[in-house]
Amino acid sequence: MATAGIAASPRVGFETLPASALAGGAICLFWLAVALAAPWVAPYDPIAQDLNATLLPPFGAHLLGTDNFGRDILSRIIWGTRIDLQMGAFGVLFPFVIGTTIGAASGYAGGLVDTLLMRLLDVTMSFPFFVLIIAIVATLGPGLISFYIALAQFLVIKHADFVLAARSLGYSHARIALRHILPNAIMPAVVFSMSDAVIDILLGSSLSYLGLGIQPPTAEWGLMIAEGQGFIASAWWIAFFPGLAIVLLATGFSLLADGFAERFGIRD
Amino acid sequence: MHRFRFVLYRPVQLIPVLLGISLVTFVLVHLIPGDPARILLGVRGTKAAIAAIHHQFGLDRPLAVQYLYFLYNLSQGEFGRSIIYKVPVLTVVGGRIAPTAFLLAYAVLLSTVLSGLLASLAAANRGRTLDQAVRLFSTIGLGLPAFWLGIVLIMLFSIRLGWFPVSGYGEDFADHLWHLFLPALTLAAALSPVLTRNLRASLISESTADYVIAARAKGLPRQVIFFHHVFRNSLIPTVNLLGVNVGWLIGGTVVVESVFSVPGMGQLMVASIFARDYLVVQAVTLVLALGVVLTNFLVDIVTVALDPRIA
Repeated sequence: MATAGIAASPRVGFETLPASALAGGAICLFWLAVALAAPWVAPYDPIAQDLNATLLPPFGAHLLGTDNFGRDILSRIIWGTRIDLQMGAFGVLFPFVIGTTIGAASGYAGGLVDTLLMRLLDVTMSFPFFVLIIAIVATLGPGLISFYIALAQFLVIKHADFVLAARSLGYSHARIALRHILPNAIMPAVVFSMSDAVIDILLGSSLSYLGLGIQPPTAEWGLMIAEGQGFIASAWWIAFFPGLAIVLLATGFSLLADGFAERFGIRD
Repeated sequence: MHRFRFVLYRPVQLIPVLLGISLVTFVLVHLIPGDPARILLGVRGTKAAIAAIHHQFGLDRPLAVQYLYFLYNLSQGEFGRSIIYKVPVLTVVGGRIAPTAFLLAYAVLLSTVLSGLLASLAAANRGRTLDQAVRLFSTIGLGLPAFWLGIVLIMLFSIRLGWFPVSGYGEDFADHLWHLFLPALTLAAALSPVLTRNLRASLISESTADYVIAARAKGLPRQVIFFHHVFRNSLIPTVNLLGVNVGWLIGGTVVVESVFSVPGMGQLMVASIFARDYLVVQAVTLVLALGVVLTNFLVDIVTVALDPRIA
């Protein structure tokens, strides 16, 4: 189990961030910009079919080629950014807020409440996270994918880390907690949420790949890979480029987590 | 052997975990929209017939009582019947356990070898280019979607080079090894980054420990110090981490089995979801969760075997 380290300095000094954090930040900002500017930077309509331009190879009029419906891969990747980035953000935000609150409250209450909560964490950590979420989607049907990811993350409280980090908040007076302990406890929580964003993006795209997440014809990276799988012998680009996008976005978050962990002396 | 005494009392601690898992799967099946009696009887079902079915299956009892019945049935090995295969669910699931277990063991073996190699190389060249390269590999590897990597491996090694089959499980042991190499490699690639990082860090911290200096002073050969002392001690946190990640690994098999059409539990689960064969989904969830719990138990035993101080 990860333990929260003590920050080198309570003040966030961005000028002293290591290169990995800066590179990761740049990658994440790039994708955020792509997501926001999608209507202006996408060269084609992401769901418009063009049956005269099916299965075109990349590096022609369509930079990354077209799929079997003649849809432009690049435009679909650009529009898909909105969905995949959102899955990462929502999947992290709710467990972060709830986990941190529960942890802080439990630390403050102490005694029996604290003991019970820690035992509950032991139980939930043994759940097979991914299998559970697949079972949930199987029951309730695909649709609210970001909600499912957040729910599963929370059910399993995979972030025992968050809760444990925030738990130290509850042990002292409000002023000390806010001025001194919060900055120390919040950074480990931020680092864990960056790593969890990677997991959430992989989880969300995996669900869509299996047909249990985002439904066609919406452009989502995992779904695009599933649609391209039947063409890997003839049109490799349909499945290849969306996967590259996932790797690049996930690497951005990983590098950010790495850099923050290094800067604030957090070991996992 | 009293350090292994926990083998006796740990199963008692597992009871709340198992109850939790059974409760979740029970609730999940009850959340499914639609009345099972109506599904069973079809459109011809009269009110009286539906009530009779409700009474027969205990559906008119309170949920808590139904849950106790569910637990009793589970303890009798009674999981219900598959609506697709028309045989007991346990028969369907039972036939799928072997490919999944084979794939998981294969993946753990491959990732152990891969992580051991990479971590040793990185630790021996600490701070140098090779170390940086391994670190970059593990950072990018963390974000590799297994289903995409699987497809890329099929493109390269099955279609272009023709070295491995595109899908399937094979006939005998050697055939299994050959068929499951790419799926196992895909899973191993997802697991190795985490293990490599962890093993590298503990190799570095162990190699600066006092006992290493003492061993060196005694004039022990470097290989002996490394394999007998440093590597063995470094393995403990890594084995623990492997246990923590088993849940994630089992989730990965669900996806990888679908990519490579391996006839295991994961593929069965996805197929059953689309076929609305919910009792099979429930049974697979239970069996996989049980697998995670048992693996964690096994990891505890291995940890104690590696380090007598723990327990």
